[in-house]
Amino acid sequence: MSPNQPLLDVRDLVVRYGTVTAVDRVSFTLDAGETLALNGPSGCGKSSTVTAVLQLRRPDAGEVRFEGRELTRLTERELRPVRPRMQPVFQDPYGSLSPRHRIRDAVAEPLRVQGRWDAAGPARVAELLDRVGLDPAYGDRFPYELSGGQCQRAGIARALASEPRLLVLDEPVSALDPSVRAGVLNLLADLQDELGLAYLFICHDRSVVRHFADRAIELRDGRVAEVTPAWRPPSPGAGPR
Amino acid sequence: MESEVLLSVRGLRIAFAGVEAVRGLSFDVRPREVLALVGESGAGKSLTARALLGMLPRGATASGSVRLRGDTRGGAQRGSRIALVPQDALSALSPVHPVGDQLAAAVRSVARVSRKEARARAVAALDRVGIPDAVRKARAYPHEYSGGMRQRAVIAMATVNEPDVVVADEPTTALDAELQEQVLRVLGEQREAVGAALVLITHDLAVVREHADRVLVMYAGRQVEQGPAARVLDRPRAPYTAGLLASLPSGEPGAPGEPARAGVRRRLPTIPGVPPVPDALPPGCAFAPRCPLAEDRCRREEPQPWQVDDGHEVSCHRWDDVPYPAAELFQEQRA
Repeated sequence: MSPNQPLLDVRDLVVRYGTVTAVDRVSFTLDAGETLALNGPSGCGKSSTVTAVLQLRRPDAGEVRFEGRELTRLTERELRPVRPRMQPVFQDPYGSLSPRHRIRDAVAEPLRVQGRWDAAGPARVAELLDRVGLDPAYGDRFPYELSGGQCQRAGIARALASEPRLLVLDEPVSALDPSVRAGVLNLLADLQDELGLAYLFICHDRSVVRHFADRAIELRDGRVAEVTPAWRPPSPGAGPR
Repeated sequence: MESEVLLSVRGLRIAFAGVEAVRGLSFDVRPREVLALVGESGAGKSLTARALLGMLPRGATASGSVRLRGDTRGGAQRGSRIALVPQDALSALSPVHPVGDQLAAAVRSVARVSRKEARARAVAALDRVGIPDAVRKARAYPHEYSGGMRQRAVIAMATVNEPDVVVADEPTTALDAELQEQVLRVLGEQREAVGAALVLITHDLAVVREHADRVLVMYAGRQVEQGPAARVLDRPRAPYTAGLLASLPSGEPGAPGEPARAGVRRRLPTIPGVPPVPDALPPGCAFAPRCPLAEDRCRREEPQPWQVDDGHEVSCHRWDDVPYPAAELFQEQRA
């Protein structure tokens, strides 16, 4: 990847479900260390866009260039080393962790799956939990024994275990109480500063977007309606209400 | 007393196996008023709502009183006068019956009217919440409604019998910004249309500022602060309320303060620690372990409600020392 290339370069992305075009030629770029917010009403194509970016559902047309490689033409096998580097974090902190696995095992799983589990594994898990502000003793607990905010932190630790460059954050703080939400946003900001992570951030709360994102894309009916610096005050009539 | 009280709650306590989750809550709701119950998960908001409806979960015991227009009768009687807009609109409607049938059944469950009359009221209720072509839509099943329309149908269900009080339990958390706004607007219109008061349960302070007349902030089953919404949000007297407000990203309608600037991302203030669990409450003020202003007295004596202003009550020993804005008090240490 040349230094001038964005980390993620999405061009003319198209996702269709039967005759319905959910994503219609959406293009954007995202640099390392940058946060791009995706906004828009329910059904505007946000989730379809990120699903296609992550290659969880292959797009029907367009390109997704990540770390300089065009992903849409790669085989599943070729994608395998790429997938850990782009990790999703979901809205429902409980739903994204298996209820039957201890937190420790949930965080260790990516290491095991990727063949990186060794004698240093347990220490690495403890370090990851500590990094997201969880006492490593929480590793022994099950998700239902954690609060929503603690669970979301565990989900972030699990995503970090893969050593990603890009996190796709799908409403990561929408289910959280204000003070807990502030703590998770602070954590994400710290991680970005330290690790240079890029965030693709789906969030419907405009004040959070304005606080947290560098740029924002507004999607309407599967198309990019507006691209703005996130902090710019919304134009009259299109206010944050 | 300035005006007639519609709903009066006094000394409400709710316990499970002797462990109290709601610990002596008192408040009044006046006609057409919007009262917001605010607090973190586990504060006892939803339990309080269920107590109002006489729908406490199995195993819960309640004491204290809930009077509707002075009437203490609970159960079905109260159920027809107090209606619930539940958290999850999808599960509130049966998937196997047309929406209109479900509303008509709700009508006939409380009023002795003909099927035709019940039907007419159902259609009128759908029409009132802004569902286009209500006659036809009444024959449709919930899956034929969009998410926003379904949420409206649930509001129609709650208001079809023209209740005195509508209790909306986090009606917006699962919705996107536009839908949230719509739902709150429809709730507001319904309040006007049927003359009902609204008890809005939420953790969103922006919603409180925008939509509530009064606010009651709860922590660990007790009232922390109660008063006119604008006054409480503009000058919170409890450190807990001040901390909640400080943790909102700037630019949020709930928070005064400067808008974010390009490239400047301030760390948000947070309230340290987590709320206590009901069976292991600390002595004294339940918030003291997390409170930057706590002193010895706070850890010994539970504070009682204190009138700081007309209709503005706070339960805090140190209310007079709470700065505002309180951002610095709650500035998080970098991990």
